[in-house]
Amino acid sequence: MATATKPEPTRRDFLYLATGAVGAVGAAFAAWPFIDQMNPTSAVLALASIEVDITSIQLGQQVVFKWRGHPLFVRRRTPKEIAEARAVPVSELIDPVARNANLPDSAPATDANREFKPEWLVLVGVCTHLGCTPTVSTPQSPQGDYGGWLCHCHGSQYDVAGRVRKGPAPQNLAVPPYSFTSDTKIKVG
Amino acid sequence: MAGHSTYVPASGFERWLDSRLPIMRLMHDTMTTFPTPRNLNIWYTFGGILTFCLAVQIVTGIVLAMHYVPSADMAFNSVEGRIMREVNYGWLIRYIHSNGASMFFLAVYIHMFRGLYYGSYKAPREVIWILGVLIYLLMMATAFFGYVLPWGQMSFWGATVITSLFSALDQVIPHLGSAITSWLWGGFAVGDATLNRFFSLHYLLPFVIAGVVGLHIWALHVPGNNNPLGIDVKGPQDTLPFHPYYTVKDAFYLSLFLILFAAFVFFAPNFFGNPDNAIQANPLVTPQDIVPEWYLLPFYAMLRSIPQKLIGVLVLVGALVTLVFVPWLDTSKVRSCRFRPLMKQCFWLLVLDCVMLGYVGAQSADAALSLGGMQLPLVWLARLGTAYYYGFFWLIMPIVGLIETPKALPESIAKAVLGAKAKA
Repeated sequence: MATATKPEPTRRDFLYLATGAVGAVGAAFAAWPFIDQMNPTSAVLALASIEVDITSIQLGQQVVFKWRGHPLFVRRRTPKEIAEARAVPVSELIDPVARNANLPDSAPATDANREFKPEWLVLVGVCTHLGCTPTVSTPQSPQGDYGGWLCHCHGSQYDVAGRVRKGPAPQNLAVPPYSFTSDTKIKVG
Repeated sequence: MAGHSTYVPASGFERWLDSRLPIMRLMHDTMTTFPTPRNLNIWYTFGGILTFCLAVQIVTGIVLAMHYVPSADMAFNSVEGRIMREVNYGWLIRYIHSNGASMFFLAVYIHMFRGLYYGSYKAPREVIWILGVLIYLLMMATAFFGYVLPWGQMSFWGATVITSLFSALDQVIPHLGSAITSWLWGGFAVGDATLNRFFSLHYLLPFVIAGVVGLHIWALHVPGNNNPLGIDVKGPQDTLPFHPYYTVKDAFYLSLFLILFAAFVFFAPNFFGNPDNAIQANPLVTPQDIVPEWYLLPFYAMLRSIPQKLIGVLVLVGALVTLVFVPWLDTSKVRSCRFRPLMKQCFWLLVLDCVMLGYVGAQSADAALSLGGMQLPLVWLARLGTAYYYGFFWLIMPIVGLIETPKALPESIAKAVLGAKAKA
């Protein structure tokens, strides 16, 4: 049986390969439903939008809502905080991109690009490192060196525009898709 | 050692069965007459102890699953209320299960360090070692899923942090990491869907572990046990039958181990637990300090020692993957550290290093150590420890094997154990 020359491919070889290829494609299609079933269900996706009333939020206060299972920070900033956030040059930032779902991906992380109205900062309260909820900094109880938030899990710090200023977090706190439906109501998602 | 069978069917029925399903022959050859080096010490009893631990976890786990409700609304109460207070002996079974996990890891770490010390990973036992690493990884996954189930604060936030490790992939391919976390969670955050699938996987994986343990033992029975001298078995004078010599020895040390186990279950059942897990999961508030279970602390310290997200995750994963390459990283021809003076010291430094990393991992992220007025941030200790861990496997193992002069090896196990008069 052993010969030095390679035998010519036969019709049977072709059929083997073709059958194997069809089988592999079939296996991939059969596997897909079992993989995709783990993605969020339609009911989860349907609950993805909320409306919040911001009437009662005081100047300098942050109120936490729940959106898509995550904390949603709504912070009413003081004029001093706004001035601080606006004074930071983008070149100093770890993450120079706005991370604002309402703007193009390439928008720079200026303070103005982080909100619709300077007084109202709306953020997803999930540290971009490993998902803990950062603690808000107030004049009475400062957290970290930048006046914004400190994440206790691994020590990341954010400024008053929710931009990351100290790692290990790689990105600014995300700004969710939202809009003002009136002066006192925000629709998120 | 494998292949030759000494089984003789004792009855007509056994002869009948043996020619159809030689299961009695298998049991006889692997658990009764299996030739085992005569010099195995206490550290070799942990294989049996680990098998026992797996059985305990499976039995108690199946029982707990009869009373547990995998739903974000009910899980916490079904554990703390129903199982701990209402189910007959539920408290006992749950404490055996939760402390059993810690005992399992204690035993597996002793088992792994024993393998490192006596060079049990070296040819021809590489596959046994790699299967062992696989079992260890499966154990960590199972323990992680299990820790989420009581749905306390540490369950929830531990699950969030560990699954978020995958989001580091966003830095390789944008949105890939987020797509994976969302797929793992079945939502936008850890929630009901996550809890359900973790319960399903927590039930599944122990049986996968049992399967790989079968392969681990199968692979062990091809070359047979290594031994504290690290030299090959040369003949029957070097071995004893597994039964009764090692069945009894294993049973004796298992009994001692059970005393420790019972001490925790009955006198300090929450010793390994975290008080934050007595509070029901709250997705809006992260506990002040996130601490994993003790057996994951060294790796957690490595993760936190790196200020860059992706690199931190890679260092954590790399520390585990490194173990797979150990059989080829060690260049020494001598197996046992008994005859490797330099490697022996490096080994004990590694043990200390892992303990130190574990200590650092348990402290808060910005903690510092006061040394005579000097403040030493613990993160530097973690960096030092991480460097030694990697250095041990990737530099010390290959280099020491080449430069070290090992001590003279004994002629045979029998000579070393029974004295000069023994047959070589």
